[in-house]
Amino acid sequence: MAAQIFSAILVIIVGVGGCVLYFWGANKLVDLIFPSRGVTGAAAVDNLRRQGLIRPWLFIGPALVILVIYLIYPVISTLWYSVYDKTGENFVGLRNYGWALSDEQFHNSIVNNLMWLLVVPAACTFLGLIIAVLTDKIWWGTIAKSLIFLPLAISFVGASVIWKFIYEYRGEGQVQIGILNSIVTWFGGDPQVWISMPFWNNFFLMIILIWIQTGFAMVILSSALRGIPEETIEAAVIDGANPFQIFWKIMIPQIWGTIAVVWTTITILVLKVFDIVLTMTNGQWNSQVLANLMFDWMFRGLDNGRGATIAIIIMLAVLPIMIWNIRQANKEGKL
Amino acid sequence: MAQASGNSAGKSSFGRWGVHLAVLFFVAIWTIPTLGILVTSLRDKDQIITSGWWNSFFSSSQTQAGRLGAAAGQQERDGKFVIEGNIFETPGASTVSAFGTRSAAPTQYPAGTAADLGDGETLQVNADGSYIHSSTKKFEGERGQRVYYSSTVPPKFTTENYYNVLTSENVGRSFLNSLTVTIPATIIPIMIAAFAAYALAWMRFPGRAILIAVIIGLLVVPLQMALIPLLEMYNGVGNLFGVPSKTYLGIWLAHTGFGLPFAIYLLRSYMAGLPRELMESARIDGASDFEIFMKIVLPLSFPVLASFAIFQFLWVWNDLLVAMVFLGTDQEHLVLTGRLNALLGSRGGDWEILTTSAFITIILPLIVFFSLQRYFVRGLLAGSVKGG
Repeated sequence: MAAQIFSAILVIIVGVGGCVLYFWGANKLVDLIFPSRGVTGAAAVDNLRRQGLIRPWLFIGPALVILVIYLIYPVISTLWYSVYDKTGENFVGLRNYGWALSDEQFHNSIVNNLMWLLVVPAACTFLGLIIAVLTDKIWWGTIAKSLIFLPLAISFVGASVIWKFIYEYRGEGQVQIGILNSIVTWFGGDPQVWISMPFWNNFFLMIILIWIQTGFAMVILSSALRGIPEETIEAAVIDGANPFQIFWKIMIPQIWGTIAVVWTTITILVLKVFDIVLTMTNGQWNSQVLANLMFDWMFRGLDNGRGATIAIIIMLAVLPIMIWNIRQANKEGKL
Repeated sequence: MAQASGNSAGKSSFGRWGVHLAVLFFVAIWTIPTLGILVTSLRDKDQIITSGWWNSFFSSSQTQAGRLGAAAGQQERDGKFVIEGNIFETPGASTVSAFGTRSAAPTQYPAGTAADLGDGETLQVNADGSYIHSSTKKFEGERGQRVYYSSTVPPKFTTENYYNVLTSENVGRSFLNSLTVTIPATIIPIMIAAFAAYALAWMRFPGRAILIAVIIGLLVVPLQMALIPLLEMYNGVGNLFGVPSKTYLGIWLAHTGFGLPFAIYLLRSYMAGLPRELMESARIDGASDFEIFMKIVLPLSFPVLASFAIFQFLWVWNDLLVAMVFLGTDQEHLVLTGRLNALLGSRGGDWEILTTSAFITIILPLIVFFSLQRYFVRGLLAGSVKGG
């Protein structure tokens, strides 16, 4: 154990030191090869120009290498794997995609994913907006926001344990130690096994993600609401608008862009939801989703072809958002 | 906004109270789940399953079964045979409210009364657990009379669960593993991203716009796309050099790779917002890009570096997928999230272990989060297109 701590510290020193050494050393090298000081006239200008050509790539170099290895190459490679069989040796064309179209588990995952996509971003944005508006009106709003924001720091696995305890079921006649079943029996109902309840169990899993992500939506929307120019609201008040009209017709249209950002961010997250399903049900009782199905095929089915195919399908769903983001950045002159 | 609130909520005190109550309701829903596992993790193991955690501050009443002393311990007194003793192993811990001798009626007789069991046999169990079992006939048999009783147990809180979990369930080891993964995986990308971000923000070179577009695109690439090729690559490298393919170095680099697009994006947008005059006057003074970066941009970028560090720390600490794929799920290398997932499988109903482990898993992020919330929120606002 001491060895582990020691090696971790060593790595931090070597890693950070290595980075510093690289950037500093490469920079010195450029100065040495193309000196700009101590030379005069055309040579100095020439060397400065050369420095200007090389130096950006020295700065970006390490990041570029890592990005290529860890993201760009895998994206292309996954595309490749998806047209090969489970061993990655025999070309099978689109057969993996054909399998996906006819596989029942896959259908179930797609349907569930669609439900997650419909419910979670909408619920988070809606709740986040309501809480942002309400907390803005009270003196302890900051504390309230902090507390609602808190689950964002909790891991999906941790949150799953927290909620599994809430959904805990114990046989009839026993003391219900899960708060949900306790409430149900207090009202005279029968205790339920929530996470294996067909169809509805999906919603019980979604609640976990909503619980985590509402804080995110709330913080972003709250800051957008503060950015609304007061004059627009004052003008509406003078014109005799009621609070609901102000909210729907004045405030919402002005933060529309922010709502879209929040919505898409959560959408991307939902597409990749994995931990919650793995720990709560592992896809049993028809609660499978694409990311967990992919993991299943990768490690239990040992079929890289099908795993890659599912990854590509998740990627296809993200693609429109990716293109939209790039075009947006282009429009804002960020490129 | 202030205007609107003044007009809408201020109209009636009913509306104002409504707002307070509504927020209170949301706060309750968002905090009670976490509170539940915190309270449960501090409760006595036996009490967890006999009452809900929300009752843990009150005495709980539970029905238990026990045995009276065996015939060997009987004494003859006034022509009667008597067995005396206490049904509690540690008298004084709880009190008996009622008792019985049949499982169908475990609380038939109130404590302190002598129950007539027929055939000249009587039993009296007192509130403190002491009992007198007497009979006109001699007691026989190896084992004593079965007795049922309902006892009131005062609330009991303990840190025993934490001690158990940290020592015997390997959670302590996993905590260390998580730290080993998280700290380098947080620090390494910062350095690399900072230089790249500066170049993309302040240096002119061909291909810059395309690079920025690529990084914005990579922000949303699902992690799933990277898993299979990288795992195969790691296995290949491992085989080639005869080293294990699942190493800490491997996962540090993987987390660095997955965190870089967001790091560069976040840092670049911040650095691009720094005043141009600052760079230009430094350049006129003869400073090179390297000097400008080290002496001006880096110190000024501290807030955004802190934002990213918190993000990356939380993301790596809370990650399960990358750890499972690149570090493996063997006992020695399990990180906290992986351990918790494994415990959910193996110790499914043992809530004292699960809640305690869960709380150990979330405590560090919560501390980081609360103490540095300002930076976290700033990063959130600046980089809310992050997907990766």
